[in-house]
Amino acid sequence: MVLVFVENVSDELSQQALTFARGLGEGVHAVVIGAPESDAVGLGALGVSVAHIAQAPEAYAPAAWAQSIVELAATLSPTAVLGPGTERGNEVLAHVAAKTDLPMAASCVSVTLGEPASVLRVRWGGSLLEEAHLHGSPTLLTVAPHAVAAAGDETGDAAVDYFTPTLSDADLLVHVSERAQATTAGVSLVDADVVVSGGRGVGSAEGFSVIEELAALLGGAVGCSRAVTSAGWRPHTDQVGQTGSKISPEIYIACGISGATQHMAGCKGAKKLLAINPDGEASIFANADYAVLGDLHEVVPAISAEIRKVRGT
Amino acid sequence: MNVLVCVKRVPLTGGKIVLTTDEQAIQTRHLGFTISPHEECGAEEAVRLIEQQGGSSTVLTLGPPEAEEQLRDVMAIGVDRAIHLVTDGSEWDPQATAAAIVDAVQAEPEPYDLILFGNESADSGNYQVAIRVASSLGMPCVTGVKAISLQDGTLRCEQEVTGGRDVYLVPAPAVVTVKEGLNLPRYPSVPGRLRAKRKPVLAATPARPDSRLEMVRLVLPPGSGKQVEILGRGPEGAPAVVAVLQELGLL
Repeated sequence: MVLVFVENVSDELSQQALTFARGLGEGVHAVVIGAPESDAVGLGALGVSVAHIAQAPEAYAPAAWAQSIVELAATLSPTAVLGPGTERGNEVLAHVAAKTDLPMAASCVSVTLGEPASVLRVRWGGSLLEEAHLHGSPTLLTVAPHAVAAAGDETGDAAVDYFTPTLSDADLLVHVSERAQATTAGVSLVDADVVVSGGRGVGSAEGFSVIEELAALLGGAVGCSRAVTSAGWRPHTDQVGQTGSKISPEIYIACGISGATQHMAGCKGAKKLLAINPDGEASIFANADYAVLGDLHEVVPAISAEIRKVRGT
Repeated sequence: MNVLVCVKRVPLTGGKIVLTTDEQAIQTRHLGFTISPHEECGAEEAVRLIEQQGGSSTVLTLGPPEAEEQLRDVMAIGVDRAIHLVTDGSEWDPQATAAAIVDAVQAEPEPYDLILFGNESADSGNYQVAIRVASSLGMPCVTGVKAISLQDGTLRCEQEVTGGRDVYLVPAPAVVTVKEGLNLPRYPSVPGRLRAKRKPVLAATPARPDSRLEMVRLVLPPGSGKQVEILGRGPEGAPAVVAVLQELGLL
């Protein structure tokens, strides 16, 4: 049996982890922390036979959540414990690994259980994969986002089991004590249908005015590469990349961006990619659907002008 | 206060990754090296905290002899000293890495008030070394932090989440993993680089235990398979771009 840590029953990545676990053909139990019973019962639709609800404080406390999973695993003896490839999924599973002194593989695309387990996992934000052996039981891993598509199952309701973990003060010490609301203005980068992004080729903070103009005309968001945030031309919140935002717009318009792996890790979810770059050898063209060869300072204003012409404004 | 920042030497991969013939590593013959982006912000934060609070900052790496270059780079922005856990360049798994760091920290004459890591390394992305170190040392650990402040021995750490920021309050000593965006790291100055050459590097050569997360080989993912359509050269390409946007229903 495989035990899956469900961070949030309605979150796609938790559902993907459940789908991934079902594919292992061993039966799936789920563990949720402090979730309502109705949510737990509903996990049956994702192939869960038993949903275990840990009665622990509601505020997120990674070590306490991990301790709940460690205690449950000690009772159930699963062959594997899986989590979603989210920030909290990785954090909680890493705490489980630290508490049990077991190896843990983050961001797995596939696994073959056994002694050792064989995994294929993501490196470099998806630019490289690694085959690895995981020596230890149970197998601990997190599922890379979008390794599988979340899919339902015809199973009925999940049986619900409540348990109360024994938590120490140390387990509860690190917890979320308040949620500060974000102050956001304009179109959010991760939700935008169109993202117009500038790289080193923009040349300066002021150079972004043409990028901003085109983004505004398309009702889109402005993005940039790491070279731009490191130079201080744009805030880090605008960065698309392995260490910035991961985006999935309908079209990504990359202007003066060479296409380093660091950047591509953030925009590979885009449905279409239009690259505007004077260097026909730039690696971004290997990942682009459309290209305009030229200087963005000439091409981008021309596109904006053409849009106005078409709209008659 | 005493602050330790842990960093990892990684190649600057550029646009295309090429593997060595034995598939055990990235071909780095023509590449430069750096530290993970998150860690650059960790190093900058260590320097800022010591500038504000007084005390001493140390940078630690586990890596081949060449990783001294990264230790000097970090000292060039103002970190005072370095610890180099020297390896033969082979892969160390997260458990072995954490154990070696714990041993090095415990061997230090003065305890650390704060140990900083990047949230995850740019190359292997294991998301666990810091948590394992904290667990072994009995210290609290906050991850993915984008703002840190210290007041009366309490660290206030802010983490970006969907819809806002989660705030954690933890007592020092603590382990904190940071993300890029925490600050804008400074560039090293020429005098900074000269000073860094004279700063002390404490070297040790820990024994490498067997890997329990054992890398077998690296695999390049399949290419995008995309065939790029050239819409034009220079401003003359604009009408074709607009036609594509119309086709996609975005105008």
